[in-house]
Amino acid sequence: MADEALFLLLHNEMVSGVYKSAEQGEVENGRCITKLENMGFRVGQGLIERFTKDTARFKDELDIMKFICKDFWTTVFKKQIDNLRTNHQGIYVLQDNKFRLLTQMSAGKQYLEHASKYLAFTCGLIRGGLSNLGIKSIVTAEVSSMPACKFQVMIQKL
Amino acid sequence: MAVCIAVIAKENYPLYIRSVPTEDELKFHYMVHTSLDVVDEKVSALGKALVDQRELYLGLLYPTEDHKVYGYVTNSKVKFVMVVDSSNTALRDNEIRSMFRKLHNSYTDVMCNPFYNPGDRIQSRAFDNMVTSMMIQVC
Repeated sequence: MADEALFLLLHNEMVSGVYKSAEQGEVENGRCITKLENMGFRVGQGLIERFTKDTARFKDELDIMKFICKDFWTTVFKKQIDNLRTNHQGIYVLQDNKFRLLTQMSAGKQYLEHASKYLAFTCGLIRGGLSNLGIKSIVTAEVSSMPACKFQVMIQKL
Repeated sequence: MAVCIAVIAKENYPLYIRSVPTEDELKFHYMVHTSLDVVDEKVSALGKALVDQRELYLGLLYPTEDHKVYGYVTNSKVKFVMVVDSSNTALRDNEIRSMFRKLHNSYTDVMCNPFYNPGDRIQSRAFDNMVTSMMIQVC
């Protein structure tokens, strides 16, 4: 199906677009990740509003995280998160063994240094989604070997 | 049909409030404000309920002499409050529910509009028209 590729292509263009504008001096160099993250944030907010329209009310934090791992991930990335772990004190680790945005690059460690820019948007996506559901969080991504990656969600208690 | 429709943000400030111009506007603002406590109470009670009872629609919040106030809370904690004339007995629960559904759909469209900043007042004309249509349907 062609529509599955569209998101990948758009995302690739977005990343290279932001980095190109940094080269031309429109965006400060270190701000590219932040910019991509902020784009993801806004998109996540909109998406979660749409996805949770017909679901029952969430019971607790874990319920919300499960929703992100299953429904949200399936809709955006066509697969579920492979492993969700938590210490029950506000830290969640979402592991995806075959993250869709990294599958187009060669597997292994060759392009590891470029991975972070392809994960920033998704970090924002998670953070935006959670914030719209009333959870403030910090999301970081970690890759040790492509295309597997881990997202760490740190919930900020009020 | 409805005499006042309000959308309240997560942090309990109004995103949108409209009432029929023929009546005292301040009175409705006051009623919507009062209803927020009832909404909070209902939501915290619902949290413990079984899965199939955890609906977004909260039902009748409280009746006053001339009006009935209904509530609805989305998963993103945005509250919709609707004030209905209580002389209108033909209005059934199911119809109120479908009105809220329509309101929610419309709100989602507003949220997904790239020119809308989440947290700002809603100024969308499409949303406005939808609210107007709900207000004049019967009366």
